[in-house]
Amino acid sequence: MNAPVTRRAALFGGFCLCCLPRAGFAVDAMTMEEVAPGTFIRRGFDAEATPENADGIANIGFIIGRDGVLVTESGGSLADGQWLRREIAQRTDKPIRYVMLTHVHPDHVFGAAAFRGDNPTFVGHASLRGALDARGAFYRQRLAEILGEERAGEVVYPTMEVKEGAEIDLGDRTLRLTAHGHAHTSCDLSMLDTGSGLLFPADLLFVGRIPSLDGSLLGWFKEIERLKAVGATDAVPGHGPTRVAFAPAMADLARYLSALRDETRKAVASSLPIETAVRTVALGEKDKWALFDTYNGRNVTQAYQELEWE
Amino acid sequence: MKRLMLALSLTLSAAALTPAPVLAGATDTDEERAARWSEIKASIFGDRKVEASESAVKIDAPVRALDAALVPIGLTLADKDSVKGLYFIIDDNPSPYAAHFTFGPAADPGEIKMRVRVNNYTNVHAVVETKDGRLLESAKFVKASGGCSAPMGMSDEEAMKGMGEMRMKFVGDVQPGKPAEATLMVRHPNFSGMQMNQITRDYTPARYIQKLDVTYGDKLVFSLDGDISIASNPVINFAFKPEGQGPIKVVASDNQDGRWQHAFPVPAASN
Repeated sequence: MNAPVTRRAALFGGFCLCCLPRAGFAVDAMTMEEVAPGTFIRRGFDAEATPENADGIANIGFIIGRDGVLVTESGGSLADGQWLRREIAQRTDKPIRYVMLTHVHPDHVFGAAAFRGDNPTFVGHASLRGALDARGAFYRQRLAEILGEERAGEVVYPTMEVKEGAEIDLGDRTLRLTAHGHAHTSCDLSMLDTGSGLLFPADLLFVGRIPSLDGSLLGWFKEIERLKAVGATDAVPGHGPTRVAFAPAMADLARYLSALRDETRKAVASSLPIETAVRTVALGEKDKWALFDTYNGRNVTQAYQELEWE
Repeated sequence: MKRLMLALSLTLSAAALTPAPVLAGATDTDEERAARWSEIKASIFGDRKVEASESAVKIDAPVRALDAALVPIGLTLADKDSVKGLYFIIDDNPSPYAAHFTFGPAADPGEIKMRVRVNNYTNVHAVVETKDGRLLESAKFVKASGGCSAPMGMSDEEAMKGMGEMRMKFVGDVQPGKPAEATLMVRHPNFSGMQMNQITRDYTPARYIQKLDVTYGDKLVFSLDGDISIASNPVINFAFKPEGQGPIKVVASDNQDGRWQHAFPVPAASN
């Protein structure tokens, strides 16, 4: 695909490509924000994967602990992961000990290949392996079509699998991991940093960018309750600003998911066909989310398939 | 056999085109599309004449599919009393022949809805077979990509859960003399045979609903011959004549000797 600059690519995240210092990759213009002492996050573009953004569309970053570095999210491609690795090297020479693979989606796992040489522990949900089996090759191919073979990356499997919960000790802090039930996907892993008190819900929390549903809508509500019970004040969402107040951000997400659930249920109950439902459900949310038109119809399709079996 | 060979040749040509199958088919000329349709037509209907008739069957499909693995299709038949069967073909799918409905005396074949996979930018064709043996076709262009190879769920194991479970939903009251609408839902992964397992580099073998027989009392409503292009967890909307006795029975079978049977009581008219 030789997609030059699409309109969508040119508009994302407040960046505009024409203002970049050179006609290079947008990912080069990204910067890390220190959201807590020793905790650095880069905001992803609110866009789909393009050659310019190198699929750097998720919030990725790292925590520098006493004994080493934990990568909170690896990036959306080998190129994105390599960029992150350089950012780490500029700030610490401590070893990269852990790389989180928060779920199966390409914008969260294809950066992992950039860290192979560091021989870290790749941490994932116990169901991630099966999900990568089913989808990894497909995602990689699609990514390679957009970015080119050499920039896409490889499928990396978790070497530490979390079934329910686990703890990682970085010396000065403990990271508490939770393997979630079906929600955003079938393999969502969240993390609480006891050092900073920050919650890393990964894509169980979208802020500003429309959530995408690929697991279970009803399950997502259950996992929201579990995340609330953690009691964290602030969170680093999978997409959106690098640090947000947890409660209001999660309330926004729950509001969208509620509209999706309630209006899809109504559609199913009144025998409104799926092709009509995708055009009518949750339209009240349209102006509240980036990429609404790209994802809402798909979310309705997912929700409809789940709720029609209720 | 002809059909198998057709499927095979299309699969091979798609493989040869990697790594850019996303837009494959998008640039085909009208002539190339017409040639493909002639080839497919010949493989299904032999030398029988297929007449163009946009009015005989109207195809409702999204111009651009939101989800290539679930593309809703509606087929409206103008002269339902003359209809014997209905074919649905997705020209550029690896196995283009998606579905064939044969209607029985208990059917009211004015409208059929189903969900399919669309692997490419493609023409889709509906062909009506009338009781007096005519074949009437109409076409529509659909933009989608990856529907057959797109993994449907998170794992094969998960996709197999509840296989064979069924539901039937009746729309509104069922009243004598008035065609009644119903929706049949079947839990089945309908593996297309094109979904790759990353470890083994193998493809999950095709496993799909081959036959669905729906009867009301002792009369056939419809019989569906299906293929890999039907989306996972098949859902079919149809209408029947509410003149039968007893429940509506559904027998489903797949290409790996799976067989499931369910009976659904028809809700009585509420007066």
